[in-house]
Amino acid sequence: MGKEKLIEKVLMLLAFSAIGSLLLITIFIFNEGLPIIIKTGVGNFIFGAHWAPTKGHYGILAMILSSIYVTIGAMIFGVPLALACAITLAEFAPVHLTRFLKPTIELLAGIPSVVYGFLGVVLLVPLIREYLGGPGLSLLAAALILGIMILPTVISISIDAINAVPNIYREGSIALGATQWQTIRKLVLPAARSGIITAIILGMGRAIGETMAVIMVAGNALKIPTSVLDPVRTLTANIALELGYASGAHREALFATGIVLFIIIMILNTTATLIAGRK
Amino acid sequence: MRLDPFLTQRLVKSLLWCLTGLTLFFLIFIIAFISVKGLPQVSFNFLFHDIEDMGRAGGIFPTIVSTIYLTMVALLIASPLGVGTAIYLTEYTREGWITKLIRFGAECLAGVPSIILGLFGFVLFVIKLNFGWSMLSGGLSLAIMVLPTIIRTSEEALKTVPQEYQDVCFSLGLSKWHTITRVVLPCALPGIMTGIVLSIGRAIGETAVVLFTAGASLRTPTSRFDSGRSMAVHFYILAREGLSMPNAYGTAAILIISILLINITAYTIMQRFLQKYS
Repeated sequence: MGKEKLIEKVLMLLAFSAIGSLLLITIFIFNEGLPIIIKTGVGNFIFGAHWAPTKGHYGILAMILSSIYVTIGAMIFGVPLALACAITLAEFAPVHLTRFLKPTIELLAGIPSVVYGFLGVVLLVPLIREYLGGPGLSLLAAALILGIMILPTVISISIDAINAVPNIYREGSIALGATQWQTIRKLVLPAARSGIITAIILGMGRAIGETMAVIMVAGNALKIPTSVLDPVRTLTANIALELGYASGAHREALFATGIVLFIIIMILNTTATLIAGRK
Repeated sequence: MRLDPFLTQRLVKSLLWCLTGLTLFFLIFIIAFISVKGLPQVSFNFLFHDIEDMGRAGGIFPTIVSTIYLTMVALLIASPLGVGTAIYLTEYTREGWITKLIRFGAECLAGVPSIILGLFGFVLFVIKLNFGWSMLSGGLSLAIMVLPTIIRTSEEALKTVPQEYQDVCFSLGLSKWHTITRVVLPCALPGIMTGIVLSIGRAIGETAVVLFTAGASLRTPTSRFDSGRSMAVHFYILAREGLSMPNAYGTAAILIISILLINITAYTIMQRFLQKYS
């Protein structure tokens, strides 16, 4: 009996590995970054437009705005495509086709972000430079690449949400003479709403937290963008670009950038969990 | 003016099919483009030679060794933790605030962006614990990254094993731990393997975490305290610094194809497993 109890205790300890890691991450990121935020002042740090860490200016407004714009852009581009794909595969496509295409799309979620970034640089950026002007490396390029990157995640979760709607709803609606599209729009989509919203929020989290692809295509200029063709630097890119050589207060400021990113992501994830759990 | 519902239906359906086609085209195109450009670069020498001239010439052998090294360290750490968590959640507790807290932690951890994990690994493993940029630091950081995947898939696998199996074991007088190790785990093994194989795929493709915890040394790592660049990091540096486009395409092709094969393996194992129990 003693052995059984011991095993249970050991397993319980292991079970706290995930939440323990999360706590450690939070403690270390805050411990490294918080002092400089307090020293600079929360307002000055978040709403300061000037980032010159070697001269003691730590304002990350431009990066916060860039991250938000890039994510909104990715959503505008990615969400309609993902939803169209999910509705088609869940409602219109023959079952055997969906059974083949859904796993295929999920496999594509495994393509590394650097590969997306690379394709952005060799294919998309020259197109933008040629036909729309500007340097090519831009907010638009980052938004388009991120829009494609989130497709597999959003499609897969949305299909599950749509499939979870009981068939009896559809049968009832069709029996009353509604067309398939009317049924989808008025019954299926509203019923699947919380799942679809969760999918979109998770997609947002992925887009705002993405680093490598964004560094490669966004141009990384330090200013508040005024056009979609402007080069931008996101919160993630700021950390990744400067961590290699930063030291002292400069490095603390990068961890402080991480804190802001971390808080945004945690809010998004908690929202997604709450919505998903409400069903 | 109101459109005829049947006409609307046809219009919407065509539009949705077009958008679906476009989406699939994007995704298939990425794989096709990299494969067509990259595979011709791949040769025996490319796979088994050292990096020369910062990557402008030579092969990618050290990056393959580093990638495998990092992945193995990550799995050695994350698998026992993840599977242990899943066993605890499914076999040892009732649903309550503890399980909720543990699941919430795993879900939040899954959403933590890789750059944050990179920052964390850098400050804790590289600096505070003084492991330096090394296979150990990189592997530990990657372990945290893949932990939620292993927990979730293992939990699903354990739940799939029919409860009757355990009832029979208990009625025969077997202890709980005996039942789990001799009956439940062997039955759930394929499902658990799926999670581990998926984690391999994620670890191989990760860049931000590895760049800041394992460094970018060009040498082949021989100990866990050696720095080394994974294939993904090598590809990133080649592409970003424009050192060699042919070598970048070649590395990308190897990267993508190995990840796809790994993910297909994971999917196949899971399908067989689910068929057996449904």
